Amino acid sequence: MCLGVPLKIFKKEGQWAIVKDRGIERKINISFTPQVKEGDYVIVHAGFSISILKKDEAEEVLKIYDEIKKNY
Amino acid sequence: MMKLKRIIEGIKVISESLDREIRIMEVCGTHTVNIFRFGIKTLLPENIKIISGPGCPVCVTPDFYIENAVNLAKSGIRILTFGDMVRVPGISSSLEEVGNYEVVYSPFDIFGKIKNSKEYVFLGVGFETTTPLVAWLIEELKRRRIKNVSVYSAHKLIPPPLEILDKESRIDGFILPGHVSTIIGRKAYLFLNKPSVISGFEAEDILQSIFMLIYLIKNKKKGVLNQYKRSVRENGNLEAKKIIYDVFESVDSVWRGLGMIKKSGLEIKKEYKDFDAEKRYGLKEIEERKETGCRCGEVIKGEIEPVDCPLFAKKCTPERPLGPCMVSSEGTCSAYYKYGISN
Repeated sequence: MCLGVPLKIFKKEGQWAIVKDRGIERKINISFTPQVKEGDYVIVHAGFSISILKKDEAEEVLKIYDEIKKNY
Repeated sequence: MMKLKRIIEGIKVISESLDREIRIMEVCGTHTVNIFRFGIKTLLPENIKIISGPGCPVCVTPDFYIENAVNLAKSGIRILTFGDMVRVPGISSSLEEVGNYEVVYSPFDIFGKIKNSKEYVFLGVGFETTTPLVAWLIEELKRRRIKNVSVYSAHKLIPPPLEILDKESRIDGFILPGHVSTIIGRKAYLFLNKPSVISGFEAEDILQSIFMLIYLIKNKKKGVLNQYKRSVRENGNLEAKKIIYDVFESVDSVWRGLGMIKKSGLEIKKEYKDFDAEKRYGLKEIEERKETGCRCGEVIKGEIEPVDCPLFAKKCTPERPLGPCMVSSEGTCSAYYKYGISN
């Protein structure tokens, strides 16, 4: 299953990083996006980041999620 | 919300100017599920049909692969797998019936699970989105000199079956998978003759992709458009592509329902043979099981809908699945069943 929810990189350490997702912290592997920086948004597939999103685009998607959450 | 309304209105306007049925094929399990979840089919005009193609990795994995995994589990080798594979019937039984398996969320989870006293086989099933992760696992096993874990690869590539389906005259265009495309890039599809759009996974993404696609179809334009630009680049993810071909090489491969497709599968390279379960345990293609009446193969090719199969929702349900399209949560039959689409 592919999840399109952008996750924010909170802390980077070598080939690993911590992402925060609505209060839940998760460890991910960033080998395929080595240029990622703390504060960037990434798409994660089965524990690995596969792309880095532009901040404004990621925040737009998150806004839609929040809107859905508020309404349903 | 206004934006969604505008897209739906746009689809309606274009569809009215098309004087025939338009058949769009998506090739991604998550698209299959989300199209139902968001009720997208109910928002589309009658002459726009969405068909689910071979986008669910579990559904296209042949019987003999599952049977080999089941036999490994029976022989005492512990199977490590993504959750979707557990309930798929092989020739004699499913992994769930045999036991001796562990489900992992990510390939890196296995390092917290393995013990030196046992042998393990990880089931490498998935398209280009998942393959780099398993390639990473194989490199990591080699780097850590772990001897008791190997990988049984059933990895497959998306472009080869698309090349075949592209010649199928009953399909007007493709919605291409967002995350496979994140890895392989837009340019990997330039061989397609039918119009295509790479799509994201939200309702707005999918509807916008349908709009873009029927616009191309109406204007008789070829081309691969990228609706999911926020994640998909022209050349994809270079690091992920590199690791795939560092560890794997393409080979002819059997797809359930589609048969053998040239250079459509991935085999572990000789340099990593110590981590190749196929070589370590001499796993071979074994005879397919007897006919169950399951028509998953035709569903995957878009030739029939699940409701056209006499087993659907009768003998074959998610609780007692007879075929992979009903087992996997991403399977077309499972999605039809869950969202109550029946005759």
